[in-house]
Amino acid sequence: MAAGVTAVLEVTSLEVRRSGRPIVAGISFSASRGEIVALMGASGAGKTTILRAIAGLDPIGAGTIVLDGMTLKPGSIHRGHTLRELHRRVGIVFQFHHLFAHMTAHKNVWLALVHVMHRPLADAEARAQELLVSLGVGDRSAALPHELSGGEAQRVAIARAIAVEPPLLLMDEPTASLDPARRQELAATLRQLAKQGRTIVIATHDAEFARACADRVLSIDDGRIRTVS
Amino acid sequence: MSLRLCGLLFVALAWGSVAHAQSQELRWGGDAEGGAPFVEANPGDPTRVEGFDVDVATLLATGLGRVPRFVQTGFTTLDAATARGDFEVGLSGIEDTPTRRSRLAVTIPYYEFREILTVRSADRDRFRSLADLRGRRVATLGATLAYDLLVDAQAREGIIPVTYEDDVHPYSDLALGRVDAVVLDLILARRGALRDTSLFNQPQPLAVGHYVGVLAPTQTALRDRMNEILRNAMRDGRLEAIFRRWNVWNEDQPRLYAQMLGGSGQGEGGSGQGLGVRGQGEMAPNTWEAAWRYLPALLNAALITVVLSCLSMSLAVGVGMLIASGRIYGPSSLRAALTIYVEVIRGTPLLLQLFVLYFGLAPFIQLPAFLAALLGLGLNYAAYESEIYRGALEAVPQGQLDAARTLGFTQRQILVLVRAPQAFRLALAPMTNDFVALLKDTSLVSVITVVELTKQTSIFAANIGSWVLPGAMCAALYLALSLPLARIARRIERGWRRA
Repeated sequence: MAAGVTAVLEVTSLEVRRSGRPIVAGISFSASRGEIVALMGASGAGKTTILRAIAGLDPIGAGTIVLDGMTLKPGSIHRGHTLRELHRRVGIVFQFHHLFAHMTAHKNVWLALVHVMHRPLADAEARAQELLVSLGVGDRSAALPHELSGGEAQRVAIARAIAVEPPLLLMDEPTASLDPARRQELAATLRQLAKQGRTIVIATHDAEFARACADRVLSIDDGRIRTVS
Repeated sequence: MSLRLCGLLFVALAWGSVAHAQSQELRWGGDAEGGAPFVEANPGDPTRVEGFDVDVATLLATGLGRVPRFVQTGFTTLDAATARGDFEVGLSGIEDTPTRRSRLAVTIPYYEFREILTVRSADRDRFRSLADLRGRRVATLGATLAYDLLVDAQAREGIIPVTYEDDVHPYSDLALGRVDAVVLDLILARRGALRDTSLFNQPQPLAVGHYVGVLAPTQTALRDRMNEILRNAMRDGRLEAIFRRWNVWNEDQPRLYAQMLGGSGQGEGGSGQGLGVRGQGEMAPNTWEAAWRYLPALLNAALITVVLSCLSMSLAVGVGMLIASGRIYGPSSLRAALTIYVEVIRGTPLLLQLFVLYFGLAPFIQLPAFLAALLGLGLNYAAYESEIYRGALEAVPQGQLDAARTLGFTQRQILVLVRAPQAFRLALAPMTNDFVALLKDTSLVSVITVVELTKQTSIFAANIGSWVLPGAMCAALYLALSLPLARIARRIERGWRRA
């Protein structure tokens, strides 16, 4: 991280345990505003676990996560107000997108704007359409999730995650369902988002994509960071 | 080869001995639920029955040189079972009616009874006749002369007939104030007043009827032999001894016997002498005429079935959703309590739950019959619905719930906006199935005096002595109710798939 640049994400000595067994341990890294960091490693290396801990979906065993001024400490999963505060700071795009199956792409994007951010419906709908257009899926706004291709669903999921304007975007295995041409498009999209000032942490096993897209690549193996490049 | 021959011989001998034993028996049908003094299980040996009808059956069997053998049959199905040949004669306080005579071979009357109005002692001066009971609920047994009497009085006097499946609860409900009077025969009325001294039997009879034995229509020869046995027993005092033994002998019987023995126009089997009982002495009603006459009552009963089903299902859906949500989101103590509720309700018969709600709770809270039926059906089905919803809620992918959490939705918002709408789509097909099942389960509520479609059909069938037309009309009405429901559900499902 360059001197004088504020870290949006600061992970220190993170440990996550499941059934008493450490899944990841001693994980420390940071990401500054507008930076793309890739966590690279084979399946089961612990990449997704790190993302879930940052997103507050899994409890932390040890260490701290500081996210845009908010600190997560060991203990149970955060609830209520704390969790909502956290989720204004971080958005996540899952490997399988997990779009709400009963809603159109458009509604998937505006739902949180209305019910979480309390934006007027008309504003929320306009903002959602704007995001979908900017991500190249404006013409698919009326489609249901099962009618979208993998790439389209991923773009809708990105739009949904960034609609509430979190400073940090987490992406889990973003290239899993994309062909090479779509990977390039995705890399361009992420760089564009970073240029707009959003910090992005990507968990991927795709070394080529990680190198092409990220400012820094952290190699994870067996729950620990092995190399930084 | 010889082994096969031996086997055949053995089967033939066995069959022959069974057939011989059967020919030595007089199989007679009755309902032990009717209780003393008619037919009841012996308290010391429940496999044996006793009562004056048991003694009359023994009298007939002995006269025929046979051994009586009791066949338990529900009271309302005695006629149908007789016609089917399930037994040779039915004896269980069976009333003499023109319909019965037109469908079955009927013996001469062997007992004369009076229809009696029973009221609470405090009302003995207010309610002396049915005319005094305008707008009030009057109880009786379904498919009896007393019921016909009340149906007539409903049109004439504006009373509200309430039917029961047994002869105990009309009197207990009279004492509790759920009904204002009971009309049943004197034997039952005396027994009711004996059980509860706060009840009073009005001395003036509303009508007179007779008990008879019923046989399959082809059994006229056997019926004639039985008539001869009954006449002999009237002459030599054996019948009187039976009724004296059961403490139901009264001054009406010698008059009846004189008529039967004097051949005073009663013919084989005689007939009732109605004092206002509809149908007595008239021709049996034509089936189609009866169907036309019963159609409004069947439609009204179908309406009750629909309203009860819709309200019960709404309750079941609401409570089922709460239970399912509690079992998924609630603390462990609530989850345990709800699990116990679901298991207890699913593990016990709905009929028992209805009895407990209506009769069991009566000393503490007197639920109106319709409300008890609604609660019984609704709370029972809620247990089943809750399991459907729980399964459907848990079938919504965890990933979508995680996605909703990371977007900042509260648990309640996740349930309302994301989980429940998808779960509801999954639950719709089994819910439709349950609604159709509930529509038919409403027939059980007749045990707590709600006359719905099946009960009204059963009354109709008993009235005309056949299940063919009433059964067909009832089935047509149920189908008319359930088929559109299934179509609507399919349309909603298709709409959701397209949406």
